[in-house]
Amino acid sequence: MEEPQLIAPLPERGAIVRAAAGIGLYAMAFGASFGAISIGSGLTVGQTMVLSLVMFTGASQFAFVGVAASGGSPFAAVPAAMLLGVRNAFYGVPISEILHPRGLPRLWTAHFVIDETTAMAITQCTPRARRYAFWATGLILFSLWQLGSLAGALVGRAVNPSDIGLDAAAPAVFLALLWPMLRRPEARWVALGGAVLALALVPIAPPGVPVLASAIVALLSGLLPTREAPEINDVEIDDRDPI
Amino acid sequence: MSPLWLAIMIAAVGCYLLKLAGVSMPESILNHPKVQRVAQLLPIAMLSALVAVELFDGGGRYSLDWRTLAGVAAGVVALLLRQGFLVVFLIAIAVTALLRLVT
Repeated sequence: MEEPQLIAPLPERGAIVRAAAGIGLYAMAFGASFGAISIGSGLTVGQTMVLSLVMFTGASQFAFVGVAASGGSPFAAVPAAMLLGVRNAFYGVPISEILHPRGLPRLWTAHFVIDETTAMAITQCTPRARRYAFWATGLILFSLWQLGSLAGALVGRAVNPSDIGLDAAAPAVFLALLWPMLRRPEARWVALGGAVLALALVPIAPPGVPVLASAIVALLSGLLPTREAPEINDVEIDDRDPI
Repeated sequence: MSPLWLAIMIAAVGCYLLKLAGVSMPESILNHPKVQRVAQLLPIAMLSALVAVELFDGGGRYSLDWRTLAGVAAGVVALLLRQGFLVVFLIAIAVTALLRLVT
């Protein structure tokens, strides 16, 4: 892995590896919960591991097994997983600026473009540290994610999932993922709208569709004119009122 | 290949292609503010919908296991106390498992 031009030691290396190891341990626990929930949803160990190895993006994997477990066609889980994976495409913009992947390397670089690697890469101060952080985080996280998934799947196979309360794990995991995104009031309204619409559709729509339909709330809210951004316009309108 | 396997392959490859599109597409498309806003809001609406459906969907009709709800509520308390993912996860399943054991 050592490139010849990297003779000068990277001063941030230790700090980056420590941070990446911390993220990796968290990912291992997260992966273990995925493995157990996946088995509880009726997937095999092999299917669980294909999701972790090939899909390799946590929220989409949880969504896939969650929707697949709700009965009906497993294909309803495909768009749910993919819509949650859309954000990874957007991480490609800063990552392209950092790594400039071209040709074949682009194929494997893309696989590692996820929340954690992007967050670690963009917060470094030098271009070299950014590249190093991306790969260190990506490789450590990928390895520990697989280990965690496998361990969780094997545990999930050995016990009855509802005996160890695993039916509460999926909603708790989704809430924990959602929680930090809810700081802005607009986000809370979108979350509420998504939940209400999905619940309203439960008795009338096929399984999987309620979750998919909630994407409409995000689409409408995102395309509507923003309320908080044009503060200057509000001032202008106030000024014009007396006239 | 069973339908479940096929769905897994399509979804997994599809998610990879989204990542590949991100590092291959011209920046101007993904940098559009409206597109970025929708992309930010998508996981918020869908994760929230998943929480609701996981809790209240009993296969096309409303149902609720109060032990699951109590476990998730305990997880919310942990989130309010600024606990990390692992603590939230463990508290939620522990409370649910305990309630199931004693009731």
